[in-house]
Amino acid sequence: MEFWEEEIETMPREQLEAMQLDLIRKKVAEMYEVSEFFRGRMQSVGLTPEDIQSFEDFRKIPFMTKSDLRDNYPDGLFVRPYDELVRIHVSSGTTGRPTVVGYTRTDVDNWSNSLARGMTSLGMSSKDFVQNSHGYGLFTGGLGIHYGSELVGATVLPISTGNTSRQIQLLQDLPVSVLVGTPSYLFHIADVCDQTGVSIQKDTKLRRAIAGGEPWSESMRQKFQQRTGVKVFNCYGASEFYGPMFLECEAQDGLHVWADLCYMEILDDEGNPVPDGERGQIVVTMLKKEAFPLIRYKIGDISSLEWTRCSCGRTHPRLMRISGRSDDMLVVRGVNVFPSQIESVIGEFPELSPFYRITLTNPNYMDEMIVEVEFTEESLKEDTAQVNQFTRKVSSRLKDILNIKADVRLVLPGTLERFEGKAKHVVDNRNYD
Amino acid sequence: MAGNIITQLSIFVNNEPGRLAQVVAVLKECGINMLAFNLAESTEFGILRTIVQDPEGSFEKLRNKGVIVKKTDVIGIMIEDTPGSLMGAVDLFAAEGVNIEYGYAYTGRQKSAFFIRVDDSEKAIALLDREGIQTISPEEI
Repeated sequence: MEFWEEEIETMPREQLEAMQLDLIRKKVAEMYEVSEFFRGRMQSVGLTPEDIQSFEDFRKIPFMTKSDLRDNYPDGLFVRPYDELVRIHVSSGTTGRPTVVGYTRTDVDNWSNSLARGMTSLGMSSKDFVQNSHGYGLFTGGLGIHYGSELVGATVLPISTGNTSRQIQLLQDLPVSVLVGTPSYLFHIADVCDQTGVSIQKDTKLRRAIAGGEPWSESMRQKFQQRTGVKVFNCYGASEFYGPMFLECEAQDGLHVWADLCYMEILDDEGNPVPDGERGQIVVTMLKKEAFPLIRYKIGDISSLEWTRCSCGRTHPRLMRISGRSDDMLVVRGVNVFPSQIESVIGEFPELSPFYRITLTNPNYMDEMIVEVEFTEESLKEDTAQVNQFTRKVSSRLKDILNIKADVRLVLPGTLERFEGKAKHVVDNRNYD
Repeated sequence: MAGNIITQLSIFVNNEPGRLAQVVAVLKECGINMLAFNLAESTEFGILRTIVQDPEGSFEKLRNKGVIVKKTDVIGIMIEDTPGSLMGAVDLFAAEGVNIEYGYAYTGRQKSAFFIRVDDSEKAIALLDREGIQTISPEEI
């Protein structure tokens, strides 16, 4: 078993936790000094940096949430000037307001290093050839994986997402050994290979894949592996952290969360830590992040953390499969979608009533989103060409806001179920078996 | 004699099995007799366009039953039972820039007509009057 940084990756838990507490205290002191937002948060509960002597003390600091990021758009939470930044990424956010994240050179280095450790743990090295099908650009997936792969010395093909026939052509023509993409895109590539008579085992050198950006299940992974002979490793991250950050090792038994970079808490609904291995809300503190620090950030994902030593020899805690969300965010084809975004688009059209229903399905593990909206009775047109044209107008506006295509269906007034109290707008029929 | 505008009822029906059957049952319940009809569909719902004897009364009855119904102006061009009898009106509209959105035929006991929906009913009627092309009146249906 190869390591990227063996000493730190195999450090005993007590030492790691001592290091974490030290980094936490330094980060809190620094942030109290330089971040008006963070100082305000501390003062709101009567804390000063001197009060933080233990993990228990640290838990008194209020959470950061996505709405803090939104309220401080675009760069209100940055604590370094643009002079010191080398990169900006932007991710989709609620109701049309994106999240902007900034990186110093050290941030980019720590990010790449986190991935290099993970890539080494799953068996990648300079001998590998990576076809990176994550989107390049504002999305963190493309460049994150790119930098990590280059750091381990692998050859990177920055193909980005889409153009599946070219993806498959290059998979055959070049010695690609690792494919990176969202689970649904990996399945799509496998489907198209089947349809066009390409055998991944015989016609390509592909042996590993890294899947991230959207949830999938263990049984989906098993199916993919059996079907293609390609071993798939999970990846977890978020643009608020840096981007994709944590990977599974060859044991495929949870994502190694580098404890010197990230202090991850798993909490119950009252904010108390759950015992190791039990599910709860993920709360993240980035210990070495410079430009855009995160302190006790409640990302909204639910999972569990295991501190038991992995069979690969690494001692850092392992994050198990993400098993849900604590808010109403949907992940559709790797893109975060909030029902409130859809609601705001519907509100732009006086022809539509506020009743809507989002239905998610995943034929062949490719997510599809159907948005049903009711016409108001007054604006109902008996000219079908006009109705179809209007449907296209709503579709295109939704695509602008969500960055993914939705199948818009305009239905008659009174068609959709009415709810007393909290409306149930989302029907998720996706099947991950 | 000036041209006639006929009131058509447009009944909206979701594209689901059994929906049309429900509407037809309501029509029967209300004692509404369809003299002519046509079915159209958009991607999500269908429209039953129909000519009935008492459009105003039928409209109220249907609305009271919770049916989504709208009134639409159409024109019934009288046609003879001979080839080419529709050509006069169609050529005229083409020449004068009146757009026909849809149409459907009606064969009555005494007279036959072609019901059309145009983008400008007033202009269409004026043109038909000018050229002496007969339109069907509500009483003649």
